Amino acid sequence: MNNSTPILSVRDLKVHFPLDEGTVKAVDGVTFDVYAGQVFGIVGESGCGKSVTMKAVLRIVEPPGKIVAGEIILRRSVAGANGSQMDDLINLTALDASGRVMRSIRGAEIALIPQEPMASFSPVHTIGDQIIEAIMLHQAVNQREARKIALQMLKDVGIPIPDQRLDEYSWQLSGGLRQRAIIAMALSCNPRVLIADEPTTAVDVTTQAQVLRLLRRLQQDRNAAIIFITHDLGVIAQMADYVMVMYLGLVMEQGPVDEIFHAPKHPYTQALLRSIPTITMTPRENLPTITGSIPHPFNKPRGCPFHPRCEKSIAGKCDQAVPPLRRIGANQMVSCFLYE
Amino acid sequence: MQMIFQDPYVSLNPRMTLFDIVGEPLLVNGMTNRKERVERVAELLRLVGLRPEYMQRYPHAFSGGQRQRIGIARALSVNPRLVVADEPVSALDVSVQAQILNLMLDLQKRLNLTYLFVAHNLSVVRHICDRVAVMYVGKLVEMADTLELYAAPKHPYTAALMSAVPVADPRIKTGSVELKGEVPSPANPPSGCYFHPRCEFAIDACRIDAPAFREISPNHFVACHRADELKLPGIA
Repeated sequence: MNNSTPILSVRDLKVHFPLDEGTVKAVDGVTFDVYAGQVFGIVGESGCGKSVTMKAVLRIVEPPGKIVAGEIILRRSVAGANGSQMDDLINLTALDASGRVMRSIRGAEIALIPQEPMASFSPVHTIGDQIIEAIMLHQAVNQREARKIALQMLKDVGIPIPDQRLDEYSWQLSGGLRQRAIIAMALSCNPRVLIADEPTTAVDVTTQAQVLRLLRRLQQDRNAAIIFITHDLGVIAQMADYVMVMYLGLVMEQGPVDEIFHAPKHPYTQALLRSIPTITMTPRENLPTITGSIPHPFNKPRGCPFHPRCEKSIAGKCDQAVPPLRRIGANQMVSCFLYE
Repeated sequence: MQMIFQDPYVSLNPRMTLFDIVGEPLLVNGMTNRKERVERVAELLRLVGLRPEYMQRYPHAFSGGQRQRIGIARALSVNPRLVVADEPVSALDVSVQAQILNLMLDLQKRLNLTYLFVAHNLSVVRHICDRVAVMYVGKLVEMADTLELYAAPKHPYTAALMSAVPVADPRIKTGSVELKGEVPSPANPPSGCYFHPRCEFAIDACRIDAPAFREISPNHFVACHRADELKLPGIA
């Protein structure tokens, strides 16, 4: 398999949460492709559906949330009849979320680095036991071999004295080490897609720099794809190759990182970038703001979800229909009527 | 002196109306006439950009940014001269952060307030603050006027911090200085300069003596033995 065919393709994914008060359309038609060796960034503010999209990919959306439409295609290579490599396409939405196939994919081919390293490890089992359990679940190895792999993983992520750390509990580790241990666990089965959901929000700036550097290095060594979810535009600019901007369950814009930051097309992306203080601007001047606040999921506006806060919204158009995601430029796509 | 808290979702009592929340400091400070309090609360809500008609509502009816405005109104109710703001925007969404930063700057000018602004986001600090103090394991390591500190940091920790901050521009690659190791526990700090085990410029003196916090140039203070000789990169 080469890097020009997507390893993961999501098509028109919709995840809805039917609640007593009404249906929350957390993800309402999201389409994107992730390629091997790519860091695919997803940015958006709270309630934009970035985390739910990833939970759908892993098939761990909490009830009552349900995937109501769309496809999630994972491409993997299998040995063909005459020893050649063939591409096998699996639609993850068609699988039983707790069935054998999905369980063999989750944690092995698609792994997750969760947001909160403290809450992700069990406090009553050692780090080593938890990593070894994951390895033995997905690979045909015995306890001793699994321990060897786990030890090597801790070494790879730069944990000092790994053989001692392996037998410690998560609460004995500092925040930075714990986050490294989580990364070691996620990588222990050689995933081809690694989902990192705000992996550095719980650690301080200098540790964040270490973790980002580590992820970059591991990704290049293994040619894995990383889907990097964050609300921090600085982290995205430094980490991602390709960026998708989401707002209220929809994709506003996606494109290569340089285009998103230097030639943003969607008014939401433009406004978002203007509103962050940068280290080159004149201090103490008023920042351009986006008026209003993010609507509550129960009263999402009709039409383009951003139109009530958009300076360029076209009356009678933006408030009537959702603009389709259209291609502008080689790799950039935007969902906005301004570019029809 | 008053305080603005970090998380507007936990710093407002969900069982109190805006009038009770913003009016309580007034009541405590002797404004016992309810009518006077209503007037003052209305004035404060207008000041922070909320409609006075919302006075009888509860915090749950408001978004994160609006809640932070309520917290600011409460802090300003007793005309403080000094406001301590502990990470006032770090719990807010990006598009709302700018609104609150603008409000804080505007209020500072109008009411001639002094802020002690605690934050870890260096871009926000640069935007808001006149003067910055950098702390490491319970001690000040450097203090200077904002632009001078950012352009020419004198302490290796300050320089590492600046390098570690991800800049929101893919054409500027940050992270040239890598800080190894972990922040030591304040219960068991290293000898001498607390930063020496992680400092690439450390010399023997750093392991033994804790450097004094001294004025290296007018109004620029630093605690480093080698501050005079080191040329450290800043961010312009």
